[in-house]
Amino acid sequence: MSSVLDVVLSSAFLAAVLRVATPYLLAAFGGLVAERAGISNIALEGQMLAAACTGALVAGYSGSVALGALGGLTVATLLGLLLAALRLELGADAIIAGIGLNLLASGATAYAVYTLLDDKGGTSGLRSGTLPTVPLPGIESVPVLGDALSGQNLVTWLAFLAAPFVAWLFYRTRFGFHLRAVGEKPDAAASVGIPVRRVQYAGLALSGALAGLAGVFLSMGHVSFFVRDMTAGRGFIALAAVFLGGLRPWGVFLAALGFGAAEALAVQLGTLDVPPQLVSTIPYAMTLLALALYAWRRKRRGTGEPVPASL
Amino acid sequence: MNESWNAAGPAVAARAVTKTYGNGVRAVRGVDLEVPPGEIRAVVGENGAGKSTLMKMFYGLEQPTSGEILVGGRPRVLRGPSSAIALGVGMVHQNLMLVPSFTVAQNVVLGVEPGRRGLVDAKAAVETTARLAEESGLAVDPGARVDEVSVGMRQRTEILKALHRRAKVLILDEPTAVLTPQETEDLFAAVRRLREGGMTVLFISHKLREVREISDTVSVMRAGSLVGTVPTADATERSLAAMMVGRDLSLDVHRVPARRGEVTLRVRRLGYEAPTGQSLHRLSFDVAAGEIVGVAGIEGNGQSELAEILAGLRRPTAGTIHVGDTDTAGLDVAGHRRAGVGYVPEDRLHNGAALDESIADNLVVDRHDRPPLARRGVLHPGAVRAHAERLIGQYAIRTPDPSVPVRALSGGNLQKVIVARELSARPRLLIASQVTRGVDIGAMRFMYERLVAARDNGAAVLLISADLTELLALSDRLLVLKDGLLAGRFDDTTGLTEKHVGLYMLGVEHHGPEHLTAGLDTGEEPAA
Repeated sequence: MSSVLDVVLSSAFLAAVLRVATPYLLAAFGGLVAERAGISNIALEGQMLAAACTGALVAGYSGSVALGALGGLTVATLLGLLLAALRLELGADAIIAGIGLNLLASGATAYAVYTLLDDKGGTSGLRSGTLPTVPLPGIESVPVLGDALSGQNLVTWLAFLAAPFVAWLFYRTRFGFHLRAVGEKPDAAASVGIPVRRVQYAGLALSGALAGLAGVFLSMGHVSFFVRDMTAGRGFIALAAVFLGGLRPWGVFLAALGFGAAEALAVQLGTLDVPPQLVSTIPYAMTLLALALYAWRRKRRGTGEPVPASL
Repeated sequence: MNESWNAAGPAVAARAVTKTYGNGVRAVRGVDLEVPPGEIRAVVGENGAGKSTLMKMFYGLEQPTSGEILVGGRPRVLRGPSSAIALGVGMVHQNLMLVPSFTVAQNVVLGVEPGRRGLVDAKAAVETTARLAEESGLAVDPGARVDEVSVGMRQRTEILKALHRRAKVLILDEPTAVLTPQETEDLFAAVRRLREGGMTVLFISHKLREVREISDTVSVMRAGSLVGTVPTADATERSLAAMMVGRDLSLDVHRVPARRGEVTLRVRRLGYEAPTGQSLHRLSFDVAAGEIVGVAGIEGNGQSELAEILAGLRRPTAGTIHVGDTDTAGLDVAGHRRAGVGYVPEDRLHNGAALDESIADNLVVDRHDRPPLARRGVLHPGAVRAHAERLIGQYAIRTPDPSVPVRALSGGNLQKVIVARELSARPRLLIASQVTRGVDIGAMRFMYERLVAARDNGAAVLLISADLTELLALSDRLLVLKDGLLAGRFDDTTGLTEKHVGLYMLGVEHHGPEHLTAGLDTGEEPAA
């Protein structure tokens, strides 16, 4: 047991948490923005996957990491807009449309990689490079924290900046004000002349972009290739973090960080003498436990509502 | 923004306005209406008379099929609420258009927020709201969340919203439907103050008493057409009602004295600890077969909780309830139904019907599992339809077909569906909560007759209402709830005045415990 403690208290573990939490944070904020705009973005998973694939392919063929990242973000943003269009123009159920987009992303990425590279597994045959790391001057001298913080990827810093950014956007800006009004009471927003659809499109575009950044990090952060279905359910776990965080920026931040820590723990325990199958269930078991806790707390708080129907 | 107003002309006007919907329904037919500036104009009519549609055209929510809408003396094309707002028209909707988790101030400024470069100046929003509230006399707490303030304050917030947008015309759609008598008084005082400031007010209602009190002139609509406009001073409730329905109609209910039978509902020392809302304390009363017992009280004094407990939607935390010989305190809703309890809930949209389902299905939800509608667990569609057609005929529900989803019905017709279902089950006890809220005068009269008929057929009726006139017209006996306690009991309602009962509702007067429990048997067990 002491070896587990050693692992958890090491600066290498802290560094791993920051790294692993990055895609969760970004995707969760993407989910949060969409949820508050009134359209559930269950397609986070597909948007991440499409961005990861596009990023690796564009970077590999163009030789430019920046161009790759931009390509990934663009594709995910377009998928966000597509979800909004399916919901708002065609009246599709956002959940069903989202599932469709996830399946589309999974199939289309595998197909694109196979067609272009004749490889069923991924883009490891392509040299695509990674996004830069950002050294903070002087940070190395801080004990424990220094080792953990130095050499983190640019996207990791962006992920941590996303929390104050989204909080500022929601509660200080006119756009955030309108977004929250539209998501909570579209009739009220429309009755004061707020262009409800336009706000929802903008929200879903931002949601897709954030998920896209998470996807780009997966294929261009610490590895330099795309692997088929490499998101491995992170989009759904991020969605769980959105609700567990109570639909508030800092709550979502903590929830996503918690899921990151759980996965980092699973990775670290893998090096110890614990059955790997058991270890790899930790993030998912955490998710279930956390959601159960969330439901229980909600129930205990009690809304004072009686049995809903009279019959 | 209002410089395009032509000061000499009417504030708002309609010229030969017709509105035909896509499905062929002509909601408004050739209406000519002029409202001069600074007038309080009441627009009355039954549900479906077209008054809401006309108002929506003034506010840009609907566009006329033909004819012209004038605002500020000039013809306008209103593409949406934003163009109406820009011309100085504000509207307070019947179902308030507020964002629940936002504060009062945030709701007031929503859409036209103070601040620069895309940011919202929260402090300026609070200051603006406080200033507007001060100037208009509409008291609000700018920093409170809307879902935590009273309905009255929500409505004042809506009016402040219009004032913040510099409205010169204010449309109030059934503003008093959700207010207590005191809140209604306050609203009227504020509306009169706004008129002194030059505001033109359009007041939509079908409560004729309030129309007489607040308006300068009354326009009456019937079946999409404008029947006439009269100075309020020349109108009586009776003459207005006659104009609305096209024939002489009074709301006086003919009742023979009640023939009280055996005690049907026996409530003893009933207590309820509410997690939110009003708790109940030590309620004891009887309702006998063949009588209507009214429950009066200012809303929020425990009436909703009492109704839901008696219908089985909430569990009491103390005391006993018997319906006949059945102890219902621990039973679920189905158990209450088996014991013979019928329930017309106060919130018919939320609790009374499945809005997206058909009239036929809504009429069988309490009896779909047994003959003649079902055999061995399988529904018989023919029987369901025949059942619906029979009740649609008996209760004069206006609909082209039983398969129409109830969402498409007007308030009065939807209520008829619910009342038809509950009364056709022949309950021994009927809990009727706010039966006539938001229904038109014709449907109201119909409900009254049905309730009295149910009473005469031996049902025990507990009538809960916010409308004191209605309670006094229908009740054989009257109870008053105040802060979850029984404050008054009147065993004879003849000669009882609203003013007198009002004193008990406000807590100025109350009856002593001996009077409240007089004649009730005290035993824990029902006298079998």
